[in-house]
Amino acid sequence: MKTINLTVNGRNFELDVQDNEILLDTLRKRLDFTGAKEGCGEGECGACTIIMDGEAVTSCLILSVEADGSELETIEGQSIGDDISDIQEAFIEENAIQCGFCTPGMVMSAKALLDKNPDPTYEEIDIALSGNICRCTGYYSIRDAVKRAAEKRGGNK
Amino acid sequence: MSDEMIGKSVKRIKALEKVTGNATFVHDMEVQGMLHAKMKLSPHAHAKIVNIDTSEAEKLPGVWSVLTGKDLPYKVGLYLVDKDILAVNKVRYQGEPVAAVAAETEEIAKEAISLIDVEYEELDYVLDVKEAAKEDAPLVHEDLDELESAPVFFPKADTNIAHHTKIRKGDIDKGFEEADYIIENEFELPMVDHTAMETHTSIAQWKPGKKVQIWSSAQSPFAVRNLLANGLHLNHEDIEVKVPYVGGGFGGKAGIHFEPLVTCLSRASQGRPVKIVMSRMEEFNSVPVRQGLYSQLKTGVTKDGKIVAQETEFLWDSGANADYGVNVTRAAATAGAGPYEIDNVKLDSKTVYTNKIFGTAYRGFGHLEILWAVERQMDLVAEELGIDPYEFRMKNALRRGSVTITGEHIGDSHGKVTECLEAVAEEIDYENRGSDDLPEGKKRGKGLALLHKAPAMPTNTGTAAFLKFNENGTVNLTLSLVDYGQGTYTALAQIVSDQLDIPVDKVNVVWEQNTETQPYDWQTVASKGLFMSGNATIKACEDMAQQLKEVAAQPLRASVEDLIIEDEKVKIRHHKDQYITFKELAMGYTYPNGNAIGGPLVARGNYIAQGLSNIDPETGQGHPALDWTYGAHGIEVIVDEETGEFEVVKIASAFDAGKVINEKNVIGQIQGGVIQGYGSAVMEHYQFSEDGRLLTNSFTDYKVPSIADIPELTPIIIENAQEDGPYGARGVAEHPMISIPPAVANAVQDAIGIRIKEMPVIPEKIFELIEQEK
Repeated sequence: MKTINLTVNGRNFELDVQDNEILLDTLRKRLDFTGAKEGCGEGECGACTIIMDGEAVTSCLILSVEADGSELETIEGQSIGDDISDIQEAFIEENAIQCGFCTPGMVMSAKALLDKNPDPTYEEIDIALSGNICRCTGYYSIRDAVKRAAEKRGGNK
Repeated sequence: MSDEMIGKSVKRIKALEKVTGNATFVHDMEVQGMLHAKMKLSPHAHAKIVNIDTSEAEKLPGVWSVLTGKDLPYKVGLYLVDKDILAVNKVRYQGEPVAAVAAETEEIAKEAISLIDVEYEELDYVLDVKEAAKEDAPLVHEDLDELESAPVFFPKADTNIAHHTKIRKGDIDKGFEEADYIIENEFELPMVDHTAMETHTSIAQWKPGKKVQIWSSAQSPFAVRNLLANGLHLNHEDIEVKVPYVGGGFGGKAGIHFEPLVTCLSRASQGRPVKIVMSRMEEFNSVPVRQGLYSQLKTGVTKDGKIVAQETEFLWDSGANADYGVNVTRAAATAGAGPYEIDNVKLDSKTVYTNKIFGTAYRGFGHLEILWAVERQMDLVAEELGIDPYEFRMKNALRRGSVTITGEHIGDSHGKVTECLEAVAEEIDYENRGSDDLPEGKKRGKGLALLHKAPAMPTNTGTAAFLKFNENGTVNLTLSLVDYGQGTYTALAQIVSDQLDIPVDKVNVVWEQNTETQPYDWQTVASKGLFMSGNATIKACEDMAQQLKEVAAQPLRASVEDLIIEDEKVKIRHHKDQYITFKELAMGYTYPNGNAIGGPLVARGNYIAQGLSNIDPETGQGHPALDWTYGAHGIEVIVDEETGEFEVVKIASAFDAGKVINEKNVIGQIQGGVIQGYGSAVMEHYQFSEDGRLLTNSFTDYKVPSIADIPELTPIIIENAQEDGPYGARGVAEHPMISIPPAVANAVQDAIGIRIKEMPVIPEKIFELIEQEK
């Protein structure tokens, strides 16, 4: 058991965790951030993607103790009420959502990409999102949504 | 308003909830006092259970209940009731659940599972479907003649044949006599997994009075209720099945899955709610898959390219259970010659048990499988005849006036497969397939494949819809079709909007499903959702319009016939300035002096499949199809003629959707389906060890397409209206994935002449074939 500090979407949490506790479980079961999903538990599907200290990570592969002192961003931090982010808007506009289970992870991977690379090529989008499986959309609309979000951000500059 | 609404790409309902992470899946749910379940799985493909010692597991603190097959004397199943909740007496596949635990945490449940000791005595097993169909094969079910089944299925005692569909049209011997060429081939494809992103998840709570409350990641709440009631001998009205957001289904969440197990665990745990979540490994091992298929096709054809005889045998590798698989066998058989007119057909389609994970519905319901064989055979026959595959298909395709293999006449209301073929051929520039512009050793090929599919469902499949007004003049639509990603609710909202002339954002489609409160729907499967629920919704709107007019007629002092619905108002047809708003009528109309009439408005509509009949058990003749959706794919590949490596450069896919209600959602279905078909075509396959252990039980070993894998795709929508469809629409949800594999293989054959007969189409196999031909 160890006491850790996490910043999740700007809010601080201090909690005791087991040495083998998984960050995804801490977020979902302890802190009720259920937006990140467990699709495989092995880092292969990307449904649990969050941003940790600026990097997109599969939170099912991270021990909570490893995240001690980290800044975490989850899907819950991407909107305030109905005020959603440009990426989320673009996902809706491009119909890049079907069942919605992979969507939080996709949005977080897209955000990590656009935060670093505001004008990615389709190839760069593919590389950034290649760890996120979507079984519904065939990805075309997701790719277009990320491109559209980048354009929206460019427009804001 | 009305003209614009149908066909418009209205934003998907619940997109905001999904994109903000606010959508609650059963995966996310916790219920107070909830326990967690885990299962002990069989390590053997076929073994007698000699003894199960659960004593250590029961002693573990935090364990509330431990169950084995002996505690559960029930069988469940949709069409053939052949499935134990936990294995009884023997296990029939590796991964079959033999015991289960409910405990306070998942970790305790896992530990308890590890403390259960099962003693097995291994039995002879059969993994290959051809071996399993033989008379001396080890029997997977010894009690086949004692199992309950729907009356249209015929399990054969003392064999592994769970069902046999026969189709007989014309005179097969005469057909082969007329043929100038007879071409025979065998084709195979392996089992594959749906891999919906949310694994199967259910919560159940047993309540006093033999009542049950369930939350489940299920496609069909009423099917869960019905099969649970039948399986556990409960009353339908005592079971409440709720379905919130569902993370994908693709057929894999049709029927019933782990709901009976968690119900029994809750009963054994003093009524504590129990949740089960499949790990991805369990999802691969213990949750049903798409069946494998072995096909033998013998085609008689004249010199000028007319198919005159088709003899076909399909052996479906159903795995250890056939509760759903028997209907795949039946449904696919009725489409078993492809979208072609052939006068003489003899077709046998058999469900065969093997000692592997069992089969179920998967997007396309057998049609991807049979059309792999049919559409490869078309190119192999065309090659033999020296006719272009496009011309050969055109010559034999179903057209108005054709008669299908079950005796159905193709008429004006059917779609046009020939238009789909023309469209994709044009889109991929089929005529020009030279390789002169490519580097040495690279060859271009272009392949075509057709497809057709009708909903596979009982002849009396029904659905219903309720409409009610809210106080502010908005409406709620309630029905039991589940929108687990297809977007059907959005299309239904558009229909209500158009019918009642009300803005679409004033139509609330009630999202969470609940068998207590919602009207009946058989199942959310078969691409029948928009067709049937759309028709039911139109009837509910007509009912509502009539009620609105009847109430408004009195204050407007007009007869009902003189009233129209327009712009959220009931108006006098020729004096449109005289009207009453929906809001004024919603809860009953109140006169200025306080008198009131009408009352809260509630309307209903229903729809039942019309004119369907069971097929004759000996000839297959009958009317099993509600509506046929046709389509075609054209695929361009570039193949390395030395190594067999290839790239799919372009896919064009055309479907006769009848009428588009929501264009973006139709495109979404095409894109998603094509890529699922592409996964089946070029990468996905279950692989087993010699003793029946699944080797591909993670996303590392079982690859599905990622965003980096997708080729260029052009979706094409053709609209030849279906007379009885809502606005002329027909289903197009499953179809995009069908016939992608043969189109890929046909393109590879076109490029380098290699005759692929086994899926998936992978470079290793092409390389082997290249080497063989050298």
